[in-house]
Amino acid sequence: MIRSILILCVLSLVVFKSHAGFETYEFTSVEGERRYAQLSRELRCPTCQNQNISDSDAPLAADLRRELHRMIESNQSDDQILDFMITRYGDFVHYRPRMAPETYFLWYGPIALMLIGLGVLLVVAKKRKRKQSATSGHSSVNAQPSLSEGLTEDERKRLQSLLQQDDQK
Amino acid sequence: MIPELGTFSTILALCLALILSVVPMVGAYTGNKLWVDYARPLSKGVFFFLSIAMVCLGYAFLTNDFSVVYVANGSNTALPWFFKISAIWGGHEGSLLLWVWIQAVWTLAVAVKSRNLPLDIIGRVLSVMGMITAAFLLFILFTSSPFDRFLPGYPMEGADLNPLLQDFGLIVHPPTLYMGYVGLSVAFSFAIAALLSGRLDAAWARWSRPWTNVAWAFLTLGIGLGSWWAYYELGWGGWWFWDPVENASLMPWLVATALIHSLAVTEKRGVFKSWTVLLAISAFCLSLLGTFLVRSGVLTSVHAFATDPERGLFILGMLIFVIGGSLLLYAIRAGSVKSESTFSLSSRESLLLVNNILLTVSCAMVLIGTLYPLVMDALNLGKISVGPPYFNALFVPIMSLMIVFMGIAAVSRWKHTEPSYLVKQLWLPAVIAILAGVITSYAYSGVLEFWVTLGLTLAYWIVFSWIRDYFNRARNRDSLWGAVTKQSRSYYGMLLAHLGVAVLVVGVAMVSIFVEHRDARMQAGDQLEFRDYTFIFDGVRKVQGPNYTSDMGRIRVLYKGEPYRIMYPEKRMYTARGMSMTEVALDPGLFRDLYIAMGEELDGGAWAIRLQYKPFVRWLWLGALLMTAGGILSASDKRYRRQNNRAAAAA
Repeated sequence: MIRSILILCVLSLVVFKSHAGFETYEFTSVEGERRYAQLSRELRCPTCQNQNISDSDAPLAADLRRELHRMIESNQSDDQILDFMITRYGDFVHYRPRMAPETYFLWYGPIALMLIGLGVLLVVAKKRKRKQSATSGHSSVNAQPSLSEGLTEDERKRLQSLLQQDDQK
Repeated sequence: MIPELGTFSTILALCLALILSVVPMVGAYTGNKLWVDYARPLSKGVFFFLSIAMVCLGYAFLTNDFSVVYVANGSNTALPWFFKISAIWGGHEGSLLLWVWIQAVWTLAVAVKSRNLPLDIIGRVLSVMGMITAAFLLFILFTSSPFDRFLPGYPMEGADLNPLLQDFGLIVHPPTLYMGYVGLSVAFSFAIAALLSGRLDAAWARWSRPWTNVAWAFLTLGIGLGSWWAYYELGWGGWWFWDPVENASLMPWLVATALIHSLAVTEKRGVFKSWTVLLAISAFCLSLLGTFLVRSGVLTSVHAFATDPERGLFILGMLIFVIGGSLLLYAIRAGSVKSESTFSLSSRESLLLVNNILLTVSCAMVLIGTLYPLVMDALNLGKISVGPPYFNALFVPIMSLMIVFMGIAAVSRWKHTEPSYLVKQLWLPAVIAILAGVITSYAYSGVLEFWVTLGLTLAYWIVFSWIRDYFNRARNRDSLWGAVTKQSRSYYGMLLAHLGVAVLVVGVAMVSIFVEHRDARMQAGDQLEFRDYTFIFDGVRKVQGPNYTSDMGRIRVLYKGEPYRIMYPEKRMYTARGMSMTEVALDPGLFRDLYIAMGEELDGGAWAIRLQYKPFVRWLWLGALLMTAGGILSASDKRYRRQNNRAAAAA
């Protein structure tokens, strides 16, 4: 069993899971059905490799689906259901990690990176502009001064001739 | 005998790769032309011997040589011949051999296709590629040789290839994806060669651009194929799961996408040079990280890594060496790179920088989300799951923002674009896009679903802003035909790839929101109404396949009461492994798929049947195909070939 799981996970870049298990639950309201669909996709099957309880055909996932259906039908809120599941199976069971000190970096990290990126953009553009005003006299003459930077005299000549060929075409 | 020949060729390939990684590099430093000239023949030699190794492994599979451990674990006498071939890369050892063989293919391609490059550059590039090849060959020979034998007592029958992999998908998906993954090593090698030679200039960008485009196109195609395969093979119609294994391929893709844009700026304007180099290094390092994540077993659990550390440690060591070494080199050399070109905040350069920032941030987000549970577990902070709710919550807004900027960038100019010019150009496309988005969204479903309206609006925005740009270009030409033929292939490649993004966005939005499914308990004769379709279940019969037995259902489908087609979903039992598999029945269409999967047999001869209606799901892969075509078309642009011809003429 372990061996086949190992083969499965080392094998390729596609995720392998066994086929879906499903039963047919009746709901008294459309809202309940929608919540069932959403929550059964956010809850992780505790015994599977990486599957939500909606897609898994493990017996435990079937139990959780039954439990979820029962709780929705008895009009419990999403928070009540999630609290119940997390108390029973730990944070592992919920695919949306809750906001807590140890997950701050997870949630705010990308936002912080975005702000840093924005800052970098502003700084870079500003620096470039300053250069532009400092060297405005030359830069208009040679549109791509950087092309020839760091080349030997020979290479510079060759580049010039190549650029001219480009212009002629 | 033949498997030993395989091992022997692999060892010879390793020897040549080791020479390749030293001799031309030293030659490039000392100016010894003869030594550098060895690079090309050595690349061909590595390719030749690795090809022999591949053929040997294929031969072992085709002749059912179960004395080879790898063959015994992944094949069976009843397996059809084409699956025997694809079983070569059906497991860990063989897929590594495929990886390194593809690396040899790319090395050969660089050796053959770049006659115009300065000799010292080509020597360094091929040398770096030789180092990567050598590292992977050492890994294969020391920890995961596919040619190991069961001796003396070997099994008479193989364990069979995993049934999930007995599919067309396995034949095409891994080689394509690896072409992309490994292709990024070309961009990496060019970057390292440029850093080593100290010549980080626009010419370097021009050389590595076509290679990067092709690798990116393969990566796109590979991910698309993987998604398509998962969709029809796994049985419940998902197409993207944010599974760590998928993220491992998405991260290099995101950075490679940033890289092809940044290379464009570097080639055309000579700016962002050091940033582009950093992206080229990161893209390949993420490929390696993906390999490490997938192969070392850390994904299953951080403890799996500790129980069988040999392979994991080897890749980890290689990862640290490659990332650390290349970043060190970068730190030493990139500081001296200066670019004097200028641009303002409102310019195409800045907009492409925004694209780069958004792509790298989204990649960092995927990386954080993928590694977070592992790190928390390793630090004993508890087990958490980071899944689709997290990724969707962050990825979708970032990508939406990026598409907004994509439209603006379409009409922007290099160096400086007046913001008022942008407004003048774009207000009309923006208004039309929003109107069209709202109207189509409402016309399709009768309600204004937020995400669908947003998705459609963004897709229209991409299309209309490019139409605006196209008109700008056409206006300066005498005739419309002149305008059509005058644009370069790389311009059309870009258009095609961006159109692919629009198509993909439509697919994602529509299928995510409007997917509908019914789970039903059906007995022979039962029928179910669903959308405009009626499904009549005719029962199940036994079918005997080559290496499985199947319960094949028969479902008649009526469209608005008229007979439409008959669908045959299956439940297969693969005898060698005793594994049961769902084989879905699909009715593909441009605007919707009908998707039928059989569940378990219930009491009283009834079956659990899941019917799904998947609107626009084909657009996902159509988008990926358009992007792939765009990447290839750009890479085939005249100007890359012209430099070849010119160099030939000069010589």
